[in-house]
Amino acid sequence: MSILEVKNINKTFGKTEVLKGIDFTIQKGEVLVILGSSGSGKTTLLRSLNFLETPEQGQIYLNDSLLADFADSAKMSDEQIREKRLHFGLVFQSFHLFPQYSVLENLTLAMKIHRDAKRKNKDILAQIDAEAMMLLDRVGLAEKRDAYPFQLSGGQQQRVAIARALALKPDILCFDEPTSALDPELTGEVLKVIRELKDSETTMIIVTHEMHFARHVADKILFMADGVVEEEGTAEQIFESPQSEKLKNFLSKIYD
Amino acid sequence: MSFMQVTESLTAGFLENCKLFTLTLLMALPLGLLVAAGSMTRFRPIRWLSRMFVWVIRSTPLMLQLFVVLYAPGLLFGTPMKSRMTAALLAFVINYAAYFSEIYRGGIEGIPQGQYEAGQVLGLTRMQIFWKIIFMQVIKRILPPMSNEVLTLVKDTSLARVIAISELLMSAERFAGKGLIWPLFFTGIYFLLFCGGLTLLFSYIEKKLDYYKG
Ligand SMILES: Nc1ncnc2c1ncn2[C@@H]1O[C@H](COP(=O)(O)OP(=O)(O)OP(=O)(O)O)[C@@H](O)[C@H]1O
Ligand SMILES: [Mg+2]
Repeated sequence: MSILEVKNINKTFGKTEVLKGIDFTIQKGEVLVILGSSGSGKTTLLRSLNFLETPEQGQIYLNDSLLADFADSAKMSDEQIREKRLHFGLVFQSFHLFPQYSVLENLTLAMKIHRDAKRKNKDILAQIDAEAMMLLDRVGLAEKRDAYPFQLSGGQQQRVAIARALALKPDILCFDEPTSALDPELTGEVLKVIRELKDSETTMIIVTHEMHFARHVADKILFMADGVVEEEGTAEQIFESPQSEKLKNFLSKIYD
Repeated sequence: MSFMQVTESLTAGFLENCKLFTLTLLMALPLGLLVAAGSMTRFRPIRWLSRMFVWVIRSTPLMLQLFVVLYAPGLLFGTPMKSRMTAALLAFVINYAAYFSEIYRGGIEGIPQGQYEAGQVLGLTRMQIFWKIIFMQVIKRILPPMSNEVLTLVKDTSLARVIAISELLMSAERFAGKGLIWPLFFTGIYFLLFCGGLTLLFSYIEKKLDYYKG
């Protein structure tokens, strides 16, 4: 049984076909890395999984049951979409923390809205704070709970963003180039957090240009080119014995 | 004419300015937000209507709007305005809602798309995203242009005299008619103090929101 199966995702912007029938599956606890050159549709794919884009076609199956069929997405109400997207989490390239809230509040904002609604139940609120603190501890930022995003380094901000995404316990956590906006000396701390998440069996889809990292963290790699999955395999298959010309090209450019 | 008598009369006039100022703010601030929402909606007729409204109001003199609001209901529909103050208030609220709406719109459009998307992937509704995430950031951004506009409103309230509301300047003018010039200068003190207070208030709020950046 696969935790996620994506079938035939098609997405066009105007006349540009950006995704042309994407299929893949992931097992629970697996890490899927997506590689591909700029413009190949990686971001669009992650955004589609998080319902930030609406593909024209395609299905998402979660634990073998249909979560969304984009062919009749017009029938999905806003509320249904909100429920469905909670199965996924998304960590953005440029963090998008909420600047007016402290680190802790960034984590608890959505938790409180979802779990406490308007009741202001003290026990629930304290429980939420405690859970958020555990997550901050996990990303190594417990002592920054009261800091504001502008007071943190990029690496710290991204770790907060990861904790914020984890707070809602998504089934699948997606990362869109989580270290691309960071200075090279700060990428390590973020990649370390992601590696630890892998060790605790978090199911993840990671778009990255960090080849060394990709190779070590990936259970499976998709190589995308021009809106299709050009090649798919284990890290070893992709890096040691690439089949398609496009992938060979891509790898040779990177190792130049 | 004693100093006390003049002061009394000017203060009575100034209370009219204050009343107009306060009520205008109370109504135009939320109404402006509504107009801003209208001018940004995806629903075209509403967006078109809102932008048209803003264009008309910002392109015609407030003085003209005062006359129209005072006379049009009576002359066109046979239902004259109950009081001149109501007419003035209505004209001011309409006028300032239009200006405020553009300030809100600028502030809202300046918020990065990523803030909305971060809220969306956390499963929040559009309303929750707006009120819990966007609005406070908008307030911080629009504070400087808002404080400008609010100071302008203080001074604009004097325009109400064109529809015969006995506000501060009108009271002073009456004394000038009787050969007394200093009350005219004296009105300046009222404005200076009032605007000074508002300036302090705005810089206090600005400081309050200074705890974060972005
Ligand atoms: N909102 C949009 N409107 C129009 N075209 C878009 C939009 N978003 C993406 N595209 C186009 O879709 C294609 C794929 O974009 P996408 O961002 O998914 O690529 P990517 O693989 O993430 O690239 P990168 O490595 O540069 O991040 C590009 O040609 C892009 O110009
Ligand atoms: Mg991208």
